[in-house]
Amino acid sequence: MTPPTQHTLPNGLTILLKEVHSAPVISWWLAYRVGSRNEPTGKTGISHWVEHMMFKGSPRFPAGTLDREIDRAGGQWNAFTSMDATKYFETLPADKIDIAMRAEADRMSNALFDRDETESERTVIISERQGAENQPTFWLQEELRAAAFRVHGYHHEIIGDETDLRTMTRDDLYAHYRAHYHPANAAAIAVGAFDSADMLAKIQKLYGDIPAGAATELFVRPEPPQQGSRRVAIERPGKTAFCEICHRAPAATHPDWMKLKVLDAVLTGSSGASDNKTSRLYAALVKSEIAASVGASLTTTIDPYLYSILITLRDGRSPEEAETALLGEIERLQADGISESELNKARKQSRAAFAYSTESVTWQAYWLAQSFILGEVGWFDAYAARLMSVTATDVQDVAQRYLAPSSRVVGWLRPADAQGELA
Amino acid sequence: MTQLHSIPHSGNITRAELDNGIVVLAYENPAVQSVNLMGSLHAGSLYEDARRNGLASLTASALLTGTRERSFDQLHSALEDNGADLGFRAHVHKLGFSGKALAEDLPLLMNVANDALRNPVFPAEHVERLRGERLTWLQYSQFDTRWRASRAMREALYPAGHAYHYSPSGSEKTIINLDVATLAEFHARHVGPRGMIIVVVGAVAADDAVSLAAEAFGDWRNEHQPPKLAVAAPGAVANSLRQDVFVAGKTQSDICMGSIGPARRADDYLAAQLANSVLGEFGMMGRIGKSVREQQGLAYYAFSRLGGGHGPDPWTISAGVNPEHVERAIASIHREVERLASEPVSKDDLADNQSYFTGRMPLQLESNEGIASRIHSMESFGLGLDYLANYAELVKDIDRGDLLAAARHYLRADGMVVAVAGPRQNGA
Repeated sequence: MTPPTQHTLPNGLTILLKEVHSAPVISWWLAYRVGSRNEPTGKTGISHWVEHMMFKGSPRFPAGTLDREIDRAGGQWNAFTSMDATKYFETLPADKIDIAMRAEADRMSNALFDRDETESERTVIISERQGAENQPTFWLQEELRAAAFRVHGYHHEIIGDETDLRTMTRDDLYAHYRAHYHPANAAAIAVGAFDSADMLAKIQKLYGDIPAGAATELFVRPEPPQQGSRRVAIERPGKTAFCEICHRAPAATHPDWMKLKVLDAVLTGSSGASDNKTSRLYAALVKSEIAASVGASLTTTIDPYLYSILITLRDGRSPEEAETALLGEIERLQADGISESELNKARKQSRAAFAYSTESVTWQAYWLAQSFILGEVGWFDAYAARLMSVTATDVQDVAQRYLAPSSRVVGWLRPADAQGELA
Repeated sequence: MTQLHSIPHSGNITRAELDNGIVVLAYENPAVQSVNLMGSLHAGSLYEDARRNGLASLTASALLTGTRERSFDQLHSALEDNGADLGFRAHVHKLGFSGKALAEDLPLLMNVANDALRNPVFPAEHVERLRGERLTWLQYSQFDTRWRASRAMREALYPAGHAYHYSPSGSEKTIINLDVATLAEFHARHVGPRGMIIVVVGAVAADDAVSLAAEAFGDWRNEHQPPKLAVAAPGAVANSLRQDVFVAGKTQSDICMGSIGPARRADDYLAAQLANSVLGEFGMMGRIGKSVREQQGLAYYAFSRLGGGHGPDPWTISAGVNPEHVERAIASIHREVERLASEPVSKDDLADNQSYFTGRMPLQLESNEGIASRIHSMESFGLGLDYLANYAELVKDIDRGDLLAAARHYLRADGMVVAVAGPRQNGA
């Protein structure tokens, strides 16, 4: 597989190109280094709201015209706001990719932020948050984040607090846009069926004259060390209980992150490859009939975030039982480590997951964009090799250091006594 | 323009019919390192008694709990040790399966699929656990407003006794009565080679894939399999039916509106799909998205979908809105439905949506799974293996009158079921 090439325009725009000629398709991404971690209190959710406003048009492409153009071309387009970044993408038949390249160049500096559109979008975003609130686990995870991060911007949900969504103004949004949307704070990524020299020339033509803009000052407050375990308890109407246990995890570029990834494969299985019925926690929690399911999340973040394990309890079983069983497995891992066969399984699963993820140019471009956001453009390409270098001793070592009680946050969601009924 | 060689068609799909009736289709995709295995057979919830609703689904889920050859752990180790994945799921008409592996592991994937389909023993402890997991999921769903609105819509649209009235997943009342003997009996009677389709797509030689399938499944026989069943459309709803479902502790209401749509083989299916795209798909969720989300800011999502399977699936419209805005959103959706069924779409609307339908094919054929899914559809619905190659012409031949006729045939604002699930509204 051809490695990506990297270029930088004089205005500071980073360019990552990767030719893939398996299908007549190109995925085009713009990734900006700003996300919910950079939002102060009172402006939570602003990055995500700005992302929505980027679809509300510019003088050259009024609202709705790009929806039409891209769908007419048979393309897909969307955007994502994460804790660390805001990413926009279009995947199109290769001969139609110019639409996407022109659109992203235009809205890097010409988005309108019309006042009426801003007000209309306020209720859409509040509706998005309220839709998430309908899921009981949203409340649990919002409380867990807040308990885990007292200072750092990872404290709040990406969607933002409803009070901020009701009070932020159009001018707040526009100021955020002007501060963070410029070439030196962004990368343009193309993966697909193109000639790199031609593509680079097109990018220079479309993006080369965009002013560099002032250096972006990102709002970041480091989280101080945790001084002991923390707990949250939620009660919501329903019949299902949940237990979620989080431990502080390193940044994705830290050497220990990949060791924790292997640890996660042993505990809950390698995501994307299987449903992991041979993992340790499946045996301890699901086979034992304490839980209906168990899953984990180890996110690729710029700053240290969380390794989270979410357990859905079976009817009649308690969060206490799940917590006891899970902590027992963690202690066993810390004391005895993992076997060579578990390590080999994690390696094979990783190789397979990598193969699946490279079937789509969109997915490959996503990982290139994410690697740029993490500050290491070769991060994803080196993924498999780094994982293969992890040893069983490494896994036991990170289990002892990262899964310690002092860096733990435990959340219980217990169902309240309420019944749905036909009106 | 997509080049013909990148579209699966009769000249590059290898198709073989085994003596026992199984149809095997293989397509080579040398650009990847993996392989996808997909298939189906006639053993969906249509073949279960309503009093045993969920039987087909639980049987499908239990296929990987143990076989005569392998224990639960051995089955899952065989897959997971190699980063492979395989799952079985029952829908209304069919039991479907889908799996993936590195290309080198196709023999293993085929072997496990064969073992699970032909030799399950339904170990009591694993079936019991599976049932507990299903009950937990069903209990959780009772507090999921989208699920509740969708169920209420379907239960009102299709009368009790009609196969589409019931969820293939079953209910708390029916799942609790299913035991190992019932699952084994359903499997023995309904799971067999007649009507079975197997599709292999990936970095493997097509002839090798067909040989592997023939080797694994070629000697399978099941004389008990009943004839394939069909489902007739129920009578139309005479007047608009409203279902309100209160779900405690929710912030948002989910709206699900529906009427009976065309089956995939209906002559006006493609016209109805184009009409649906105008209504609630194209651009930012079509006309409904433009009205409900973009112009009025009432909802984060508001869209329409047309099922179009082996029977009269519903044509649905869904939206998530604040409880205060429910009636306004429903009225707006009704207006768009009435407009679609009373006025021809503009020439531009038709051209936009035709271009959208034909232009998106390269993206749909980008992955093994995407290719396998479309090959499976061509075989399963009897569309012919050149359907994709001829697709652009079929879409181009549809005119504005066809869209209007399809919308009039299937959509009537005063004959739709409207279900709302969420917090109690004022006056409700």
